[in-house]
Amino acid sequence: MKLYIKYNINAICKKILEEQLDKLDLNYSVTGFGEVDIKENVSNEKLKQLGVGLNDYGIEIVESHKSILVQKIKDAITEMVYLEEKLPTSKISSYLADKIGHSYGYIYNLFSEVTHTSIGNYIILQKTERAKQLMTTTELTFTEIAWKLNYSSVAHFSNQFKNATGITPTAFQRIMNKRRNKVPTPEPSENS
Amino acid sequence: MQSTTQNEPIQILLADDDPDDRLFFKDAFEEIKIKTNVQTVNDGVQLMEYLTKEGVTLPQVLFLDLNMPRKTGMDCLKEIKRIDKLKDIAIAIYSTSSSEEDIEETFVSGANVYIKKPSDFNALKKILSEVVTTNLQYQTSGLNRDNFILNL
Repeated sequence: MKLYIKYNINAICKKILEEQLDKLDLNYSVTGFGEVDIKENVSNEKLKQLGVGLNDYGIEIVESHKSILVQKIKDAITEMVYLEEKLPTSKISSYLADKIGHSYGYIYNLFSEVTHTSIGNYIILQKTERAKQLMTTTELTFTEIAWKLNYSSVAHFSNQFKNATGITPTAFQRIMNKRRNKVPTPEPSENS
Repeated sequence: MQSTTQNEPIQILLADDDPDDRLFFKDAFEEIKIKTNVQTVNDGVQLMEYLTKEGVTLPQVLFLDLNMPRKTGMDCLKEIKRIDKLKDIAIAIYSTSSSEEDIEETFVSGANVYIKKPSDFNALKKILSEVVTTNLQYQTSGLNRDNFILNL
């Protein structure tokens, strides 16, 4: 039997963070995603232990100022794309500038410098990923997905999806269905 | 939380039997902005030996030519997907064929990227850089790698 599951990465991360921080007896609060406020001075030894503990889960403590800002920008974009309701219709540049507290020009350049991709590309990537997730885990039609992700029409959604991935939403769905239905060929050793 | 920066060079492996293609490929990576470490192997048998060697540094992205003597890229792809410690390597098929059927079959078999070999060096640079940056996003932004499909 195969089970297909949905999960919430942010909830998982928060839970892991809390577990690891509790282990070290720290007085903290998780203030938002990607940010923990520790209300005491932490010894380097403890900080190192925390880093090691989190590393097992693929979580890293980000230190440099630039990386933190980029992470905040990414989080703001993810939050925007994953909002349960429709995406904000206000201009994305002013939305991000407000949220991060720097001018859009500044965060635009910083983002490109650190990630080798632009904010625009990153938003398209996140929207496409969200669309893929909706296509594989829900019964929503393309029209409903296009509406949910704030595209002006299904055609606009399909075009952007095709531009970003090189395949049409229909082909993507077909490939994913075929992958799921594929009977995995067992390794020869398992037969003996 | 997740790391956003990439200071370590990205490990790249190319399996291609054509020496000219291997050379272009290495040169193209030399010229793109992102730091990479490129290794090459000459056919499918060599590739599988390389990947299953004790203590080898696994590539983050494997570029795989479909038409190779001894063992084809398609056979390697299927084999890699059956081996636990290899199945998470991002696989970019690198081929002269652009038949829709070939493309879809490789995706169904677990490939992440399909590249139609470009004839122009600048186009190659652009494509390789796109593959590496997109893969980086999947590694650093907590995206679901199962959904990583890119046709270039």
